Amino acid sequence: MSLEVIGSVIKIAEIAPNIYDMLIKTDMAYKCKPGQFANILCEGGNALLRRPISICNAGNNMVKIIFEKKGEGTKLLSEYKEGQNINMLIPLGHGFDLGDYKNPVIVGGGIGVPPLLYLAESVNNPSIFLGFRSKSNIILKDEFEKCGKTVISTDDGSFGHGGLITVPLKTHLENNKCDVIMACGPTPMLKGIAALAKEFGIPCQVSMEQRMACGIGACLVCACKTKNKDGENFSHVCKDGPVFDAAEVFFE
Amino acid sequence: MKTEVNICGIKFKNPVVTASGTYGFGDEYGQFYDISRLGAVCVKGLTLAKRDGNIPPRIAETPSGILNSVGLQNPGVDAFISDYLPRLIDKGATVIANISGNSIEDYCEMAKRLAGTKTHMLEMNISCPNVKQGGMAFGTNPDTVYEITKEVKKYAAQPLIVKLSPNVTDITQTAKAAEAGGADAISLINTLTGMKIDINTRKPILYNNIGGLSGPAVKPVAVRMVWQCRNAVSIPIIGMGGIASGEDAIEFMLAGANAVAVGTYNFVNPNACIDVINGIEDYMKKHNIDDINDIVGKVILNG
Repeated sequence: MSLEVIGSVIKIAEIAPNIYDMLIKTDMAYKCKPGQFANILCEGGNALLRRPISICNAGNNMVKIIFEKKGEGTKLLSEYKEGQNINMLIPLGHGFDLGDYKNPVIVGGGIGVPPLLYLAESVNNPSIFLGFRSKSNIILKDEFEKCGKTVISTDDGSFGHGGLITVPLKTHLENNKCDVIMACGPTPMLKGIAALAKEFGIPCQVSMEQRMACGIGACLVCACKTKNKDGENFSHVCKDGPVFDAAEVFFE
Repeated sequence: MKTEVNICGIKFKNPVVTASGTYGFGDEYGQFYDISRLGAVCVKGLTLAKRDGNIPPRIAETPSGILNSVGLQNPGVDAFISDYLPRLIDKGATVIANISGNSIEDYCEMAKRLAGTKTHMLEMNISCPNVKQGGMAFGTNPDTVYEITKEVKKYAAQPLIVKLSPNVTDITQTAKAAEAGGADAISLINTLTGMKIDINTRKPILYNNIGGLSGPAVKPVAVRMVWQCRNAVSIPIIGMGGIASGEDAIEFMLAGANAVAVGTYNFVNPNACIDVINGIEDYMKKHNIDDINDIVGKVILNG
């Protein structure tokens, strides 16, 4: 079995400032589960390591990724053209546990939003909460609204609720049934969500991020401090995660 | 065409080894190819007790290289022997156990515990830049290198490779000290200490502030050091530092390496080791070389 595949870029577009949406044709699409990621070779420049990018959606021999142009690797990736080959290790990691939840709540922030789309399409009638910096940074609004009731917040109040997404999330939890929270976003946001989940006694799954190299569990660089029955130790985002039980994670 | 090399009595079917710390215990890259195709598998650095490693971030990318500060996260030598070694042996791998310690006694104890096992060779890491005690502190002083090698040799049942640090003024001094202490082979280079700073936050990327540089960026330094050591010692040398292709491996062998290790490039190309093996064979065909051992140290110097 090989996880290394060569896909083909079908479409690439900038959907918000520095946010790119790329559709890739690959016969490995059917293997991808919500919350998993691809480790992508960013060719044509000086990026040595692959870049881990979450899978936004998958199916029909297509994988969709949405990434932020931030450093050398993602800059190169943003310059890929339609028809170009793309070398990926896919699918990697341990995704969301889809369970059989009746009232799932999905919470995302910023560039942590994309991997939740595939999740939202895969669970039963989710309540969705998405936070962005500003109105111009909002992505995938229509797609999420097709999956369930979607509440949006912006840090600057230019759209939806002003301020942190945890505020409308808390109101929702106070007034509605919820049997799981599934989240991806910046660590301070995840920390706040994990605290709410604990307060309301709801299981919570969080997708973590860390600087990564191999993507398959060999190099041990993407450490995430966790605690479980064996005590505290460093788990690895690429293999043990990226999705962890929030109760087991130390949010630094 | 003969690609087999003999490193102090242990036969490798080809000169390509994995570099410790880049390959876990063979499970991950075993998903891509049969690990028995490699010359040998050198496993993640082991310590006497389990180690959790350093606080992240543990990696930063630099031009043509990476800085790491994993800090020897590993399950401990006993867990290696009971849980990981049998799998490697079952898969037909030639196994090199890489050992690190805080004291000479630690290294001796690990050598003792590995003595009765199916491990084929030991690699003594006295050059890790990412741990506070031991590690590189042992590897930069020739007298200490001599002493620790001599002590560990008393307990080592398998051939002992001493892995040298490049963070010294003259690597031939530590190479000679290892040989005098009874090392059966040397391997080089471990990582070069380095640092990367985020100019916006003014903080180093690595939580540990400094780390070890590896990847193509270090290759010329490594080739030079292998060549210097070839002229200083007569024991076998395993050369490493930025090897990404068969051509790179040949360069190290011409400089004097009897075998080579592939490290960082595994992260870029999960089939890197196999590509290096194939690349070596291609070079041999192209240059009508019947035995790979014939090119070791055969660099033709100018002047």
